[in-house]
Amino acid sequence: MEFDFAEQAPKLIMLLWGLVAFAVVIGGLLVLLDAVPAFFARRREARFVAATANGAPPPGRPRSREGLFATFFLLPTVVLLLIGLVVPALRTTLLSFMDGGSQNFVGLDNYRWMFADDSIVRVLLNTLVWVTLVPLVATSIGLLYAVLVDRARLEVVAKSLIFMPMAISFVGASIIWRFVYAYRGQGEEQIGLLNQIMVSLGAEPRQWLLDSPLNTLLLIVIMVWIQAGFAMVVLSAAIKSIPADIVEAARLDGVNPWQMFWQVTLPSIRPALIVVVVTISIATLKVFDIVRTSTNGNYDTSVIANEMYNQAFRYGQNGQGSALAVFLFVLVIPIVIFQIRNLRQQRREG
Amino acid sequence: MASARLRQAFAITGVLGLALSATACGTGSSSNDGGSSNAGSAECAPYENYQGHEGKKVTIYSSIREIEAERLAESWKQFEDCTGIDIDHTGNAEFEAQLPVRVDGGNAPDLAFIPQPGLLQRFAEQGQIKAASAETKAMAEANYPADWLKYSTVNGTFYAAPLGSNVKSFVWYSPAMFQEKGWSVPTTWDDLIKLSDTIADSGIKPWCAGIESGDATGWPATDWIEDLMLRTQTPEVYDQWTTHQIPFNDPRVAEAVDRAGTILKNEKYVNGGFGGVRSIATTAFQDGGLPITQGKCALHRQASFYANQWPEGTKVAEDGDVFAFYFPAIDPAKGKPVLGGGEFVTAFADRPEVQAVQTYLASGEHANSRAKIGDWVSANNKLDLANVANPIDKLSVELLQDDSTVFRFDGSDLMPAAVGAGTFWKGMVEWINGGNTANVLQGIESSWK
Amino acid sequence: MTTTTPPVAAGTQAVDKRSTRVSRVRKRLNTRIATVCAIVIAIVWTIPTFGLFVSSFRPEDQLKTTGWWTFFRDPQFTLQNYQDVLFGQSASSGRLASYFINSLVITVPSVLFPLAFAALAAYALAWINFRGRDWLYIGIFALQIVPLQMALVPLLSFFSRGVSLGGVTLLPAWNLDGAQNFAQVWFAHTCFALPFAVFLLHNFISQLPKDLMEAARVDGATHPRIFRTIVLPLVAPALAAFGIFQFLWVWNDLLVALIFAGGGEGTAPLTVRLAELAGTRGNEWQRLTAGAFVSIVVPLIVFLSLQRYFVRGLLAGSVKG
Repeated sequence: MEFDFAEQAPKLIMLLWGLVAFAVVIGGLLVLLDAVPAFFARRREARFVAATANGAPPPGRPRSREGLFATFFLLPTVVLLLIGLVVPALRTTLLSFMDGGSQNFVGLDNYRWMFADDSIVRVLLNTLVWVTLVPLVATSIGLLYAVLVDRARLEVVAKSLIFMPMAISFVGASIIWRFVYAYRGQGEEQIGLLNQIMVSLGAEPRQWLLDSPLNTLLLIVIMVWIQAGFAMVVLSAAIKSIPADIVEAARLDGVNPWQMFWQVTLPSIRPALIVVVVTISIATLKVFDIVRTSTNGNYDTSVIANEMYNQAFRYGQNGQGSALAVFLFVLVIPIVIFQIRNLRQQRREG
Repeated sequence: MASARLRQAFAITGVLGLALSATACGTGSSSNDGGSSNAGSAECAPYENYQGHEGKKVTIYSSIREIEAERLAESWKQFEDCTGIDIDHTGNAEFEAQLPVRVDGGNAPDLAFIPQPGLLQRFAEQGQIKAASAETKAMAEANYPADWLKYSTVNGTFYAAPLGSNVKSFVWYSPAMFQEKGWSVPTTWDDLIKLSDTIADSGIKPWCAGIESGDATGWPATDWIEDLMLRTQTPEVYDQWTTHQIPFNDPRVAEAVDRAGTILKNEKYVNGGFGGVRSIATTAFQDGGLPITQGKCALHRQASFYANQWPEGTKVAEDGDVFAFYFPAIDPAKGKPVLGGGEFVTAFADRPEVQAVQTYLASGEHANSRAKIGDWVSANNKLDLANVANPIDKLSVELLQDDSTVFRFDGSDLMPAAVGAGTFWKGMVEWINGGNTANVLQGIESSWK
Repeated sequence: MTTTTPPVAAGTQAVDKRSTRVSRVRKRLNTRIATVCAIVIAIVWTIPTFGLFVSSFRPEDQLKTTGWWTFFRDPQFTLQNYQDVLFGQSASSGRLASYFINSLVITVPSVLFPLAFAALAAYALAWINFRGRDWLYIGIFALQIVPLQMALVPLLSFFSRGVSLGGVTLLPAWNLDGAQNFAQVWFAHTCFALPFAVFLLHNFISQLPKDLMEAARVDGATHPRIFRTIVLPLVAPALAAFGIFQFLWVWNDLLVALIFAGGGEGTAPLTVRLAELAGTRGNEWQRLTAGAFVSIVVPLIVFLSLQRYFVRGLLAGSVKG
């Protein structure tokens, strides 16, 4: 393999500039926010000293400064989100009222199309099954595993094994599952693991991906397989963050592992647990590549995001694709409400 | 502040990059410079008409990748050297989905090789592609049959010349197996069915097929239907079908589908090496014909490009391990219907250098230059059969250049994508999976607006 | 390891001992069940990947016609798939290292920027009092649902056409060339990562003990100082967790790279090259088996090296008291 370093140099220099830009932006922001107020603080202190010397009441801490800090802390994020996601979301909403080529307004036609189509009910139902099962199962397994291997010997290796599905690229994952669900007729040599097991148990090989509703469950297995690693990593981080003294105190009280889990671990990692469930739920609502590459939504396995992708990118029906995307926005509302309640509760406790 | 620094950074990067690439040239790794110096030489004579665009760059986007993309780049290498135009080709698997994104985002390539006339038509109607220049048009008209050019003509405007082609009306078989068992290659539909029965009686399921193709699952079955539309109906009815002048559930379409069903949905005939009829739906199209090499199946209807799918070491030739014969016509009196596909060189820019490349790609020089490198078929009539080495390509070119051939483009590529790459594919999957013809066709028809 | 210890002691002392022994036995039993459970999950999770791993060493014709477990009966070993992936069929496709570098150049800033921006934003949303902060947070949270695909066209248009309103150019087009295209990719990845990053980090940062923050404020520490010296070290595990995931997403991303980096050897990441390897009609998909393992190496290294931050989190947590 010939390798020309000179060809790579511009890229590496670009990387260097990226890192410099990073240091300048972040470092600059922090230094600026640190140094400038410090300057004002000194002046205020001087004034404070002068004021107290005069016997006048000390001036209150100006509230607006908090706002200034907040503005600068939030500025990069808000600007990037406006450009990268808010504008596209508004555009998508607008497009959902226009025709396939985004040229004429068609009112609610796309929404009417969506609900007139018989298959959409099936798609909705499937999405519902996905969004109930995946977060539940993936989180449970991730949590169980994180607890089980915590402080175990070879913990890092054990965690890497569950983490691996996340790290494998999607093309790799699609082949992996082809080797699991593949079907060959009875008497032929099986190349799918699941059918090989069936055959060695003396049963007939099955066409796993053809039969509804089993096929949806089998696709969900793929998603769980991928997402459990996510749950495990976040929950493991949370478990590690439980203050050592709490754990030690509980241990001295003689609680068994079971009690420890329910009375110490679980309450302590509740916020992380919510993060995991909510994140996996949203990821599941948006899932489309698993369905797309396994069945492309055939055999009653389609989900909303897959339909959206097909309409907008394959069929050139921007309007209908956008309407489906808006429908996704609507589906996330329950999760948002849950999150608002969460936040309120947290504020009350705090 | 940050952006100014960033811009400065870019400037410096650019300068450094230039300096470094200059040193790279010194070591002789770059070969694209000095285009003008070659221009006068004898081997550049064919490119005289394309001169005057030195140092210009033309970007091309297509779905062609890996080894085929390298061969393509090699085929226009001399053109680049002689004219000084730098052709930057990028091939991508998600081409069909990505191209509209790039076009809508204001980042369209200069040229795209579009394999779907339906997509080309959509771009034309939205005014996003440029009409072909007079030179390109003249070149295309001189080199390609009218059957081909009508697919890239929208509302009377000619947009793009074809490039590569493939022939879909082929049945793959194993010459060795045929010889051993004493079977002969059928030349009529009735012979084909008789042969199928003979093979079935010998204990082998004669046909094998696979229509699973990830997010394009179902397309191989649509090819079957199109081939049978051309065989049970006249080419005119085929045209009416692909342009929706007759409904998708017309009885004539149903007849073609049912005729395909006499093979595809016949448990006695399929699916050799894989299982029953329904296994067609879950068998990857890449694997569809492989049982032939293991003697578990005898016939596999698939396009000329299936030649690439055979495992390494398989000899593709009339006296080799596998080869293909023409999928016979039902009524030979109606001529020789050939179903095929290909890509069209479509322009999103009308700069002179882009038009020069577009014209060159329609020329006989390019067709022969590409054919010499191997594994390529084109309907270009300047293509010299002597430059086509591979037996299956030779057979394809012969079919395409044969006067008695009635050529028709793959119908699903002509229909709007929502049907041709959507409900038609899905409908065929449903049909294979047990759906009845009338319901399936009714479903496709209702989706075509 | 055995769970049954012969009962030796008798008498009153034994009662005490038995109760501790019972709990010890139960504890061991628990550990044992736990170990078995963990091993079962690990095996179930690994088998599919293991199948792919075995497959990546099998010759093409074997791979396409027999199951991977056949390998153990009839081991036919080849490095051809790796050979194809690493060195390609011809000289021009052979520079995998170039794509590797592209992936690195794309990934590192695409992880750092959202990490820093989101940490700042999450801190502000959790600990700075200003009006409307809860709504802003909920708004950012809800943006997670916007499908990436829907954002591609507007963002691409932002780069290639700039922003103009009624004929007045507010922001010019970026007009990048060559390696500069990386800046677009960083920008896009940063945008798309922020909602999740803010959400994840906010949850960790807002859980920090209030007394700690208030004590720091009383001591006169400014927000930037609290952020740097108190918050960042305490949420290291969360930062590491987000870092890992963002690294993975960017490293394995195909869509964003295709649109914003272009497909050429100069800027396209490894995923683009791997997708290409399968050939124009997916006929060489056996190479993807090897490709998957070539590309998994770096994410695994990142995962393993960030592990130590999870442990450090344990120590940091005890600061609380």
